[in-house]
Amino acid sequence: MRDALRRLQQLAERRLPALTRFRRPEPMPIELHRRRIYIVPTGFGIGFSVLLLVMLVGSLNYSNNAALLLTCILGAAGASSMLIAFRALDGLALASVRAGQAIAGESLALTLEFESARPRSAIRVDLGTACQAFAVDASGKADVTLPLATTTRGWQPLPRLRVWTTWPLGLFRAWSWMHPAQSVLVWPRPEGGGPPPRLPADEGLRPRLHRGEDLAALRDYRSGDPRKHIAWKASARLGQLLSKDFEQPESRPEWRLDWRELEGMDNEARIARLARWLGEAHVQGRRHSLWLPGQPIEVGSGPGHYARCMSALASLP
Amino acid sequence: MIAILQRHADEPRLDTRAFDLLCLTMACVLGVHASHLPWWLGVALALVLMVRWWQRRRHGARSPLLLKLPLLALLGTAVVVTYGTIFGQAPGSALAVGLLVLKLLESETSRDAKVGVSFACFGLMAALLFDQGLLATLVVALGLLPALATLRALEPAQAPSNLPQALVPGLALLAAAVPLALLAFALVPRLSSPLWGAANRNEARTGLSDSMSPGNFTELLTDDRPAMRVSFDGAPPPPRQRYFRAYVMGAFDGFTWHYAEVASPAPVAVEASQAIHYQITLEPSHRYVLLSLDVPLDVPPGAHMRRDRVIMADKPVDELTSYSLSSALRYRLQPSLDMRHQRWLQLPSGFNPRALAQGQTWRQHYRDDREAIVRAALALFHDGGFRYTLAPAPLGRDSVDDFLFGTREGFCEHYASAFTVLMRAAGIPARVVTGYQGGFWNRMGNYLLVRQSDAHAWSEVWLDGLGWVRVDPTAAVRPERVSLGATAAAGDQLDWMQSGWLEGLRNRWDVVNHWWTEGVIGFDALRQRGLLTPFGISDTGTAMLGMLLALGTALFVAIGVGWALWRRERPEPLRQALRRLEAKLARAGITRRRSEGPQHYLRRAARALPSQRGELERLMDRYLELRYAHDEPVPELLREFQRAVREFRPRRVVK
Repeated sequence: MRDALRRLQQLAERRLPALTRFRRPEPMPIELHRRRIYIVPTGFGIGFSVLLLVMLVGSLNYSNNAALLLTCILGAAGASSMLIAFRALDGLALASVRAGQAIAGESLALTLEFESARPRSAIRVDLGTACQAFAVDASGKADVTLPLATTTRGWQPLPRLRVWTTWPLGLFRAWSWMHPAQSVLVWPRPEGGGPPPRLPADEGLRPRLHRGEDLAALRDYRSGDPRKHIAWKASARLGQLLSKDFEQPESRPEWRLDWRELEGMDNEARIARLARWLGEAHVQGRRHSLWLPGQPIEVGSGPGHYARCMSALASLP
Repeated sequence: MIAILQRHADEPRLDTRAFDLLCLTMACVLGVHASHLPWWLGVALALVLMVRWWQRRRHGARSPLLLKLPLLALLGTAVVVTYGTIFGQAPGSALAVGLLVLKLLESETSRDAKVGVSFACFGLMAALLFDQGLLATLVVALGLLPALATLRALEPAQAPSNLPQALVPGLALLAAAVPLALLAFALVPRLSSPLWGAANRNEARTGLSDSMSPGNFTELLTDDRPAMRVSFDGAPPPPRQRYFRAYVMGAFDGFTWHYAEVASPAPVAVEASQAIHYQITLEPSHRYVLLSLDVPLDVPPGAHMRRDRVIMADKPVDELTSYSLSSALRYRLQPSLDMRHQRWLQLPSGFNPRALAQGQTWRQHYRDDREAIVRAALALFHDGGFRYTLAPAPLGRDSVDDFLFGTREGFCEHYASAFTVLMRAAGIPARVVTGYQGGFWNRMGNYLLVRQSDAHAWSEVWLDGLGWVRVDPTAAVRPERVSLGATAAAGDQLDWMQSGWLEGLRNRWDVVNHWWTEGVIGFDALRQRGLLTPFGISDTGTAMLGMLLALGTALFVAIGVGWALWRRERPEPLRQALRRLEAKLARAGITRRRSEGPQHYLRRAARALPSQRGELERLMDRYLELRYAHDEPVPELLREFQRAVREFRPRRVVK
């Protein structure tokens, strides 16, 4: 039943865009105004009006004017709440959307920044199945974070957002659509497993240790050692000259990840493998560079570098 | 119940604030119904409410089904045992209030709360079926506040507030709703006849009844509720003439006087020499009789006059009723008795032998001097050690004998009854008349307020050439009864009520009440039809009312939408100042063109007014700096610019 209704709604929006006010994507900030806010009674609102009708007939029948007055006040208050529901949305603006980072298949945290000249309460945003309520306080700003489901890597346009409220009494539901013209970048999903990247050829020849600042060990004096490296106290104890050996632990060799080395694979498989290597390099803290067609990225490390590489990978054609 | 719980198990649970407000709503409903629920039921429901509130607040737990079902059964049984049925106004509302309180036991989700609040609104309205006074209506209307606040509290994400703060927006909403509500109230077409059973059929009757036995006024005489309000065309009659007659009772069975139906349609003759015209607004009495000042001369529409000049309405007075009448203040009522005058002499045999003997003694002594007999009887009451009290000793089988020769204490009923029996024993046609006597003249409202406690009984005797003459034997014992009222005459009780400011307060309050009963409660189909009389439309039909209602609602909707669409433009001081400068320059003949920038415009102005060139260029520089050098104009510089604009006077170019 629900699915049928949704299909009907989609059909109507496709066929009758003018009537259903199917909103084309529009640049931000998107401000709600009277021509795009719709109001219908909720189920509770309909039930409540039936109850009011019963109260009306009852008080008329018993010609009880006090009860009639009470019914009228309650009914008028309920009707006025419709205007308050409208005002809750009128003038609300979506200033910007900040997208988080996510790999395809995971949900992406989308932060919506709402602005309003006056405080508002109990406004809800729907994004797909996710719904989040928020209030705008006196500062006039509110951030709402919603998860956005992703499927494939690349630029993903933002879907329509529904902003709605049943404030103040839950009798009426005012809503409006916002369709920001913005896309978010979804990172590629790394492959499950595979070979490590081929290391540069001179990897094995490099000395295990190299000179550094940290004291590593004491060893027999060899002629030519600087005098200040001699461990005088230890030498005196043992009766032979000992030298302090300084070293710096070798960082793992940096990876030069290259699109061209993965010949013979299709694009997505290449991207998935590179994504896995990038992830491993990031976790191990290994310095890495990335060569992609048209955009070589220099060696670097850290979250910023990782994000840059992943974004470059994601935006490949 | 289980099914419902399972279906809505996924809904979010009520937070503490919403549940507190829901409990408060239910407590309000219970409170406004408390006056007519059996006290034990009210206490039990209040206990259930408090325990449930405490339990959820403390443990946050649901109530077990094992508790809910027996409580439900118990409630049903209690209502059936108490009232004998679950149908009807009183048992129905008792059951409804009980169910509402029990609903709290299973209120866990916002859906439950919404259902609860809706029916609580209905419960509040039902309370008005029992009492639609001003105070009761105000209390019930305030009971809507927690209901509205509960609905608000169900909405997510709002600014935090404490409990009293949560109630305020509801009050504002109700206040904003008042104009539209009043419009709808005035224009919703009233039903001229009810769709189904009339209300209050089984309600206990209060007020005067069509029979009178010594002692049955006791409750009435301490009842301070208004019985009717009377306004006179011209000056009100003096207090001694404020006798409002209801029933004329001739049939006596030894203890009780009855109003006997007199079938003959033609009322007895009356020769009136002074008439007075007045309007009576009668509170619902659920009886047919319409009160009239002394002897009525005409009949209001929808009523008829019986033989004894008692006015009976065609249907019971179940709602506030207003009517106009003329009455005679000086009159000869039934100057000649007809064949059936024997019924005014009838006395049951075997009752009150001593009173009969007394009457016969007077008859032998005074012969046919009937007025002397009346005087003798009044002298007996005045000098015989009689006492006026609202709490007399009970009387036995020979009630008149016991009263006259035993207890010698009582109030109007005792005196009127005993006097009439004495008169009949002495051979004088006599009867008892009941009604109201006295009342309070309200200067602010210019009307006479007659309370239930003004109920009174007096006698009438038939004298040759005078007809029926009113004799008030109570006045012989306690004249204050006639001049001040029953409670004042009783002396010992409630005398603080009479004192000073409190009495004044009560009478002011009654003006408000009068306005409420007249303007709101008494606004019936008839009054509604005459709504547009001041505008020359004597009969406003249903279609007209509907049209007016639609028009009025449209007007209010327009106002409301205007409010909703109105956005406060924050006036920008810098722009305002520039506008002011533009206006000044425009008067000097230099108008800013469309699409002309401020710099260009002011330069042009400086060229056009060479004498003020320097001044204008300074203004331009300041403006440009204020506008473009900072995100927000610097306040000091802005004030300076505003002052400079204020002081700027363009001098006309001398050509």
